[in-house]
Amino acid sequence: MCSCFEEKFKGLFKKDKNNIYVIDQTFVKAMIKCLKEKDGFHFLADITAIDYSTFNKPTPSRFAVVYILRDKEFKNVITLKAFIDEEEGLHVESITELFVSADWAEREVWDQYGIKFINHPNLKRVLNHKEFVGHPLRKDYPKTKGQLCTKTDDLMDEMIPILEKSGFKSHDDLMFLNLGPAHPASHGTIRNFVALDGETIVAAVSEIGYLHRGFEKSCEDHTYNQIIPYTDRLNYCSAILNNIAFSHAVEGMLDVTIPERAQFIRVIIGELSRIIDHLVCLAANLVDMGALTNYWYLYNPREDVYDLLSKLTGARLTNSYMRIGGVAHDFYDGFEDDLKGCITSIEKGMSDTLGLIEHNRIFHDRTQNIGIVTAQDAINYGFTGPNLRASGVAYDLRKTDPYYFYDALDFDIAVGSVGDVYDRMMVRFEEIRQSIRIINQSMKILPKGDIIVNDHAIALPKKENVYGNIEGLMNQFKLTIDGVKVPSKEYYRAVEGANGELGFFIVSDGSGTPYKVKVRPPCFPAMAALPIMLKGHMLADSVLCLGSLNIIAGELDR
Amino acid sequence: MAIGAEAVFGDSVVTTKLDSAISWARESSMWPYIFGTACCAIEFMSVASSKFDISRFGAEVVRFSPRQADLLIVAGTITYKQAPILKRIYDQMTEPKWVVSMGACACSGGFYDNYTTLQGIDSIIPVDVYVAGCPPRPEALIDALIQIQEKQKQEESIIKDRVNRDFKGRLDV
Ligand code: SF4
Repeated sequence: MCSCFEEKFKGLFKKDKNNIYVIDQTFVKAMIKCLKEKDGFHFLADITAIDYSTFNKPTPSRFAVVYILRDKEFKNVITLKAFIDEEEGLHVESITELFVSADWAEREVWDQYGIKFINHPNLKRVLNHKEFVGHPLRKDYPKTKGQLCTKTDDLMDEMIPILEKSGFKSHDDLMFLNLGPAHPASHGTIRNFVALDGETIVAAVSEIGYLHRGFEKSCEDHTYNQIIPYTDRLNYCSAILNNIAFSHAVEGMLDVTIPERAQFIRVIIGELSRIIDHLVCLAANLVDMGALTNYWYLYNPREDVYDLLSKLTGARLTNSYMRIGGVAHDFYDGFEDDLKGCITSIEKGMSDTLGLIEHNRIFHDRTQNIGIVTAQDAINYGFTGPNLRASGVAYDLRKTDPYYFYDALDFDIAVGSVGDVYDRMMVRFEEIRQSIRIINQSMKILPKGDIIVNDHAIALPKKENVYGNIEGLMNQFKLTIDGVKVPSKEYYRAVEGANGELGFFIVSDGSGTPYKVKVRPPCFPAMAALPIMLKGHMLADSVLCLGSLNIIAGELDR
Repeated sequence: MAIGAEAVFGDSVVTTKLDSAISWARESSMWPYIFGTACCAIEFMSVASSKFDISRFGAEVVRFSPRQADLLIVAGTITYKQAPILKRIYDQMTEPKWVVSMGACACSGGFYDNYTTLQGIDSIIPVDVYVAGCPPRPEALIDALIQIQEKQKQEESIIKDRVNRDFKGRLDV
């Protein structure tokens, strides 16, 4: 899988029990370069760090930086870990030269852990505010120590170098404009700061972190099942897919396979979730270009799905439907009819909308050849999901690394040809159709059986046992108080979220609470690429570029 | 028997207090500014769309300029980074103005008791109505709107100074 790398750096790395390559910090850049160029690991999924200061086993040093890469087929993942020497100044070489997506990822590590990246073009905080002192994900930073922010960053320190690079000696003739964070088209809380020449954007800077609400720190003092409600609020447009991604990763660490029925339930509800995520993205996109009617066509089916989800899970939006080892409840009586009703209304909403826009000149003019991202760039930026597929790269974890029964189901991957706003929207329309196909097939073969693993160390006992005998009661008590005990491991696993590769990197120390959780949110790299995309576009198009990437602040800022 | 202007002009006129007339006009056309930051904002989308239809209560003209709005709906988590912006938006709204804090996060920080989340927006700006829930159901937000309308009916007067001069938030220096 990575033969060139292994040959060239023989003796300089060690493979640990988690299958992670532990490398020397001085060779980080050289090794990743070799992996990228010789072994085809051309996709950087994520960079994060671990603070081992309160870990229950000794480690060579307090901090380690972790790199997660994927290969050309998007199937194999390689994880590298480098321990960083504190005495030498807690720094490591930056890999921004190799991957554009490393830029923000390294900034985040600096922000959260205080590890410096040498030769990084602009190592400043990305999630926390400018006046913040300290690094919150370090274990010695108190969880509830908030710091007031009194002023917003003017971002000129980032803007001026960009302008100078593009040859603007003075910027007297330019107009600077803030789009966001409180802006109708900012889709939550994103700030784009642009320099305008007339109506053309000559340079752009994005600032995020306005919705950074400490997901990762919160995970460190909750049990695995308690974290599921937090995952709802990552990408809140498709809460259930986040639940699935998290449970799937934890189940991988536990090395359990969930019952077949539970797998199919996850597929069905997960795809439904993907559909409603795409619906809200498309509805908002169309509103942004003034096609207001479509908002109701696309949003109203979402209401029908909310009704179904309320019956099934008890909540409209934040469902918390998954449990480690399975799902919370089985389908209710009459579920199938409700589901059919939902699908009919989704199909109707889609065809009504497409009837208005598919051959609509205004729609075409507004979206075609706007915000083009080539396949090469998309990979380099770290795009995944519909955004990457719109650029013509057929990477979908449901096909390349199938989980549950996706390999047994008949569906197609939608890809675009140009990689513009139009493609990104149309890919989403097509994915809704494909998800409906998946749901219909899965409903037909849905097997009978358990919905959660039959293992008293993972799943809560049945209520009659809790009330009927002491073993059941003890079991319930232990599991609730201590949580599901997950073996000591460092582990990364991803599923295809609505926006792309949604992965969790979890470090466990063997207890019922994770030592560290890191999400790989598909939005984060997409957002980092936006300023590059915007350059040269009209101001009005910037709104569509942003909308078509479907940035959800909850998972972007975590 | 009618007296005053009504006696002279018959049914073609109605006499009332100026306060009642203005309150009646205000309560039936609140213009909300939706400060939506997170999941709660998605529920606001439901409130605005056809099923729950906030226009039944006269508040469908959603403005994204604080200068054109009189009802600030804070829907979602407010972080320390966001706080100065929220305050600025609030300050830019003209009087009279009302504030609804929608959802557990805006009211109290919700289940994000940590280093980055503001533990309730009322430490920055004054709040008129709190809506519980994570997220609140659309009906709950509509209920908040009705509560504001009731307030307008009963408590407001054009000669009353609505500015809460005692309020001192963490960002007021
Ligand atoms: S109250 Fe709940 S739903 Fe609303 S923003 Fe906070 S976490 Fe999201």
